[in-house]
Parts: sequence; structure tokens; C-alpha cells
Amino acid sequence: MLSNTGNLILLLNILLSFLIIYYSLKCIRLPNNIISRNIYQLSLLQCTTILICFFTLVAAFLVSDFSLITVYQNSHSLKPIFYKISGTWGNHEGSLLLWVIILTIFSFLFLILNKNHPKNYRLHTLIIQNLLILGFLFFILLNSNPFSFVNPIPKEGLGLNPILQDPALAIHPPLLYIGFVGSSIYFSAAMASMITNYSNKLFAQSIKSWVLISWTFQTLGILVGSIWAYYELGWGGFWFWDPVENASLLPWFAMTALIHSLLVLEKRNSLYFWTIILCLLTFILSVMGTFLVRSGILNSVHTFANDPSRGIYILIFLSLMILTSIFFLFKKYKPANDIINSNSKETFVLINNWFMMFYLITVLLGTLYPIFTDALTSSKISVGPPFYNSVIIPIVIIFLFLMAIGPQTRWIKNKFTNFKNIFYIIAGSIIINFTIVYLFKSYSFISNLIIISSLFLIISSVSDILKTQNINFSRIVSHLSFGFLILFIGLNHNFSEEKDFNLKLGESKKIDNYKFILQDLELTQKSNYKSVVGVLNVNNLSTNEDRTLKPEIRIYDNPQTLTYEASIQTNFLRDYYLTMSNIDRSDYYNIKFQKKPLMIWIWISVIALSFGGFLSLFRNAKNN
Amino acid sequence: MPKTIKFIVLIVLIFLLGVFFISLNKSTDYNTEHLIGNKLNKIKFESLEHKKIFTEEDFKKNNYTLINFWASWCAPCRIEHPILIKLSKEQNLKILGVNFKDKKINALKFLKDLGNPYDYLAKDTSGKESVNYGIYGIPESILIDNKYIIKKKFIGPLNLKDYDDILEVINSL
Repeated sequence: MLSNTGNLILLLNILLSFLIIYYSLKCIRLPNNIISRNIYQLSLLQCTTILICFFTLVAAFLVSDFSLITVYQNSHSLKPIFYKISGTWGNHEGSLLLWVIILTIFSFLFLILNKNHPKNYRLHTLIIQNLLILGFLFFILLNSNPFSFVNPIPKEGLGLNPILQDPALAIHPPLLYIGFVGSSIYFSAAMASMITNYSNKLFAQSIKSWVLISWTFQTLGILVGSIWAYYELGWGGFWFWDPVENASLLPWFAMTALIHSLLVLEKRNSLYFWTIILCLLTFILSVMGTFLVRSGILNSVHTFANDPSRGIYILIFLSLMILTSIFFLFKKYKPANDIINSNSKETFVLINNWFMMFYLITVLLGTLYPIFTDALTSSKISVGPPFYNSVIIPIVIIFLFLMAIGPQTRWIKNKFTNFKNIFYIIAGSIIINFTIVYLFKSYSFISNLIIISSLFLIISSVSDILKTQNINFSRIVSHLSFGFLILFIGLNHNFSEEKDFNLKLGESKKIDNYKFILQDLELTQKSNYKSVVGVLNVNNLSTNEDRTLKPEIRIYDNPQTLTYEASIQTNFLRDYYLTMSNIDRSDYYNIKFQKKPLMIWIWISVIALSFGGFLSLFRNAKNN
Repeated sequence: MPKTIKFIVLIVLIFLLGVFFISLNKSTDYNTEHLIGNKLNKIKFESLEHKKIFTEEDFKKNNYTLINFWASWCAPCRIEHPILIKLSKEQNLKILGVNFKDKKINALKFLKDLGNPYDYLAKDTSGKESVNYGIYGIPESILIDNKYIIKKKFIGPLNLKDYDDILEVINSL
């Protein structure tokens, strides 16, 4: 029943998209500047039906309707309700449906919220967005249908992969999708803008909110993914330069560049084509990321079952998108006669863009290089953290300095009057840095520079608040929290401690100034797993602080899997991070203990960073 | 826009899409199973600690040698480490650890903290040497006999089942 309902609604949506395109084309020919009512109605209907379609799938998961192959493969009747629901988008088919939902909702909202822009521009955006929607609807129907029927109906489902059964991971895909699928709307708008020659600063205004929304959610999505990796994977890290993590970072760089170049277009009416390129690039990178992840040409921790026919479909879609956008870009491109003074805010924004492009290209090359070598020379290589760290870190230092100076410059022509100030701030940063090094006694040249440059940005941003009357809070919050983010990552990296050893029940071990005792092992039975909980007493000998950490080894039932849950004690100064793994046929347990300073502040900084995006969004909404 | 720029952009994009297309049609399950039963023709690794080169001569006298590829930055390597420690107590087996794309100081600290299961400690700083052994990620391990025939190959961290499999092979003498 649900299978038929779902399929029918999908077909209805295809019909609606065609109708919207048809009526829009008709409406474009009319001489007035009014969009006919039925386009609004169709668009609203399209939103409603796709949501119904989605809730049909959610319902199938809730009642464990194993006649649907997707439900059968990704759920189990004994799963907690929360994970039954999140299972809806925890798989390839369901997540594609989420894609279409976001495409559709953004399409509708863009249509109704941009009433003061020209009709043709809005309708062209709508048409292009609907072409994207159609592409994905056909993909779902023909290749990745979540409503596919399985016969005979299985009695029980296969279950959701246990490491995906985590609250952070339940909200990770929707957040990330709002981010990078949301970028589709300014892809469509950029195409429409080129087609209708709507190339002034009003265009910038029409897409600014959408860029900010997608950027904010992309930031949050990446954060939640990172938090998940930290808590769930049990490696004690939060970023691994995994190809799929990179795939989410690439559009983020493009969006960040776009936010800044939009400022120039909005204020100075220049950099139009560069802005267009960034709009197109962001969504192209998003689709490319999807292609890389779903086609299975990358090996990564994000294991989606691989199916070459999926890959070929997305690849054709991606190629069409790229070639069409390139076609319009080449056709419409006019060399700009933007005269930009080398000492002006415009230049600094451009510098931001160059840096973002540098990061983007670095990460892109690192991600694609193994694919290239494999395809062209059949040799398998992997690009690991050493590559990214050594290329990106030194550049971040310069970036932070410029990021501090940039916002203080003026549009058109700037005059540096505050060299003294800059000097004081640098001196202050250096002093604070060496105080930190002196107090914590750990030294590395590059992390010193990281700490100094991030302090420079922080102090500059704070002094901005004190100095200027007309404060741009959103910018200061974002820049300030970015400074803090890098500072905390630097401090965390430099002052982390790690101990690795084996221990058996009742045994105690002294390492440096810690004493560890494995006091007890508790066996517990939960609804969907059994677990062995270690009770470990950690005594800090220098402060005589006593704390108990309880790492877990979980044995999940459906599918049967072993996972290791870290025990993490967080406070504002540091995290204690402890994982325990069994050594088979031995009484010993392998214990990995880490002290990670200021860990929580890394998360807080990213939340603050995205909060800056929200502030900017509200400010923008208020101004327009 | 100058024609040359258009042309270059187009070529780059078509090249990129072409590469994607080629990789799609390649089997992504990089299967090195077929290597089992093959003979390693030439073994050559630089020692991590000393100025020495390990060649097949060094392993001739061992009944079995397990070549384990690892790095201090590799998290799963920590997971398999206890198994390697257990294996190191076996009489019939010597273990060659190949430290993969790592820094010497980190590698030695890793072994100091977790214990050193290796009878031979070699390095492959560039990661190029390991490619000849069908290694595409670490940890991976290869079990060879005294005629350098590959008996087993393990992708990913060694687990208890692998441990049993290794014992079965080396105790079958």
C-alpha cells in the first residue's frame, strides 16, 4: 500500500514540475510583470506533495513495512522509534528524497520571497530549479526508488548500522543537506541572472539570504559530523581529512568566498562574473561530492552500498550541469572593467577569495588525486593528513592576519593610519603566546605562529567592537569565533596528552602523573545491544583529583556488530577521553586515555561561527 | 573571454569528467586476493633505526614472516596492535613491521608506548615501496613462508579470526 502511495506521489511530483515549467514559459512571454497565480499554487502543491511523500516513507519506517526494500535493508522492528525515523534518511534512497524536498522547498520560498525582483528573473530561476528537481525525481524513480517493493515480504529487517545509531548522526544529514542542496537555489538564480541579464547589485541582494542560510547550515552540518566522529569513532580526533569530510568542506569554501564577494557586488556593483562563477561552483561541487560519495569511487568511512548505475546517472547529471553553466558563462561573459584600488576593502575581499580558492584547490586536489592516479595509472595511493596539514597550516597563519586587517579597511580607497595599533596587537599576541608556552611547557614553532596569528585576529576583532560606532556584529562574531576556533585547535593540538596501555581487572598502572585502576566490569543489557562497561579510576597524582570513567564495549544485535564507546568527561578546561577495547582470549583490555584541552571550545567556536551567519541573515532580512 | 582560456577550461572539465567516467567503470573492489599463492620476487626495505636494508636473505631462515604495514597516525593500527603483540610470542613466526609514511620519532614513540612486536623494523617513508605489495591502505598484513610465497593477506586491522588463521598456517608445519 505504502509502496503504491509513494510511487504515485513521486509521479505526481514529476507532473507538477513539468506543469510549473510549462506555465512559467508561458508566463514569461506575457508583457506584464506579474507571475500568474497558478504558478504559485502549483509550487505550493509541489511542496506539499513532496512532504507527504517523505512522510509516507517515514510512516513505512515507523510501522516497519518490510515490503519496501529500503525499509527492509535499513530498519528492524525492534529499533527505538527515534532511529526508525532517522533511518529514513540514513540510507541512499531516503536521503535522495531529502534532496528533492530541499530543492522543492527552496524553489517555493525563493519564488514567494523575492517579489520585488523582475518576473523573468524569478521565473527563469524557477524553471532551472525545476529542471534540477526533475533530474533528481527521475533518478529516484528509475534508479534509487525508496518505494521499491520486495516480494515475498521479509519478516524482519536487516537493521541500521549501529555506528549510525547516534543522535548527532540523525541530524547530521538534514543539516548538511540544507547547506549544500540549498546552494542549488543560487545556482539556478545565477543561471537565470545570466539568461535575463539581471546582473546588478539587486541580483546580489536576491541571493544573499540564501547563501547565508546554506552557509550557516553547512557549517552546523560539518560540526555535527565532526562531533559524531569524536564521540562515536573512538579515535579521539574530530577531523580526519576523509574524502567524504572533504566533500562537505569543498562547497563550504566556495560559499565562504561567495559571502564575501557578494558584499563587493552589493556595495560596489563589481565582481559580477566572479560571483556568478562562485554560485555555479558551489552547487557543482555539492553534486560532485554526492557523485564521489554515492558512486563508490572513493573508499571512505561513509560506506554507502556501491552501485555503478547510480554513479553513471549522477555523472551524466553533473556533466550536463557543468557544460550548460559553462556554455552560458562563455556566452554571456563580458570582461569587467572593475577598477579596484589595491588598498581598499574590495582588495581584501578578493584576497579572502584567493585564500578560499587556495584551500578549495588544495583539498580538491588531495581528494581527487587518488582517483586520477587510479584511473590513469592504476596505482593506488592515499592522501593523508600530512599533506593537508603541511599545505594548509602555514597559509592559515597569513590568512588570519589579513582577516584581522581586512574588515577595518574602507571601500574604494583606504588609508592605513593605524600601524601603531597593529604593532601593539601583534606584540600583545606574542606576549600571550609565550605566557601560554611558558605555563604549559610545550613548544613548536608552527603552533606558536598559529596561536599568535589567531590571537591577533581575536584582539583586532574585539578592539573593533570598542572603536567603531556602527558595528557589524555578524561579521565580528564570525571573524572572532573563527579566530577562537583556530586558537583552540592550535592549543588543543599542541597540549593534548595521550597514554596507551593494557590493563586487566583489578590492576593498577602508573604512567607519568596519572594512576589508572580498572575497578570493575559491568555487564548490561539494553533494548538493542548488550554492553560491557569498564569502571576505570583515573587519579591525577599532581592534583590528587580522582575521577571515574566508564568506557563501553557494545555488542549490537541487528546487525551484529561490536562498537567501542568512548567515555568522555568534559569541562570547560579539558576533556578526558578514554576508550577500552578487549584483547581477545586475554584478560587484558587495551586502554587509550587522552587529555584534550579546551575541546568543548572548539565546538562552541563553530556554533558561534554559524551564529554569525544567522545574525547576518537577520540583518540582511531587516535591511531589505 | 579569450578563446584559449575557454578552450583550456573546457579541456580541464572534460578531462575531469572523463576521469570520473573511467573510475566508475573500474572495479572499485580493489581485490588483492589473487596475490595469495604468488611469490614475492624481491623484498627490499630500509631499516627504520639503522642504516641497513632488509632483503629476502633476512627472511629465508624464518619459517613464516608476517609483513605488517602500519603508522603511528593510523588509528586502526592501535586496535590491531595487541594482536601483533600476541603473535610476536609465536615461535614459528617473525614479524616485519613496515612503518608507512610516518615520522621516525612518532613511530618509535608509538612502539615505546604500546610495546614493540616487530622482529624487524623497516620504513617506507614515501609509501611507494608498499605499493609493490598490493598495499592501498594501512593497516595491512601479508603472511609469507620461507619461500616468499604469500600465504595470507589481511586488509584492515587484524582481528581474532585473523589471529586464529595465522596460527593455523604457522602451526601446520
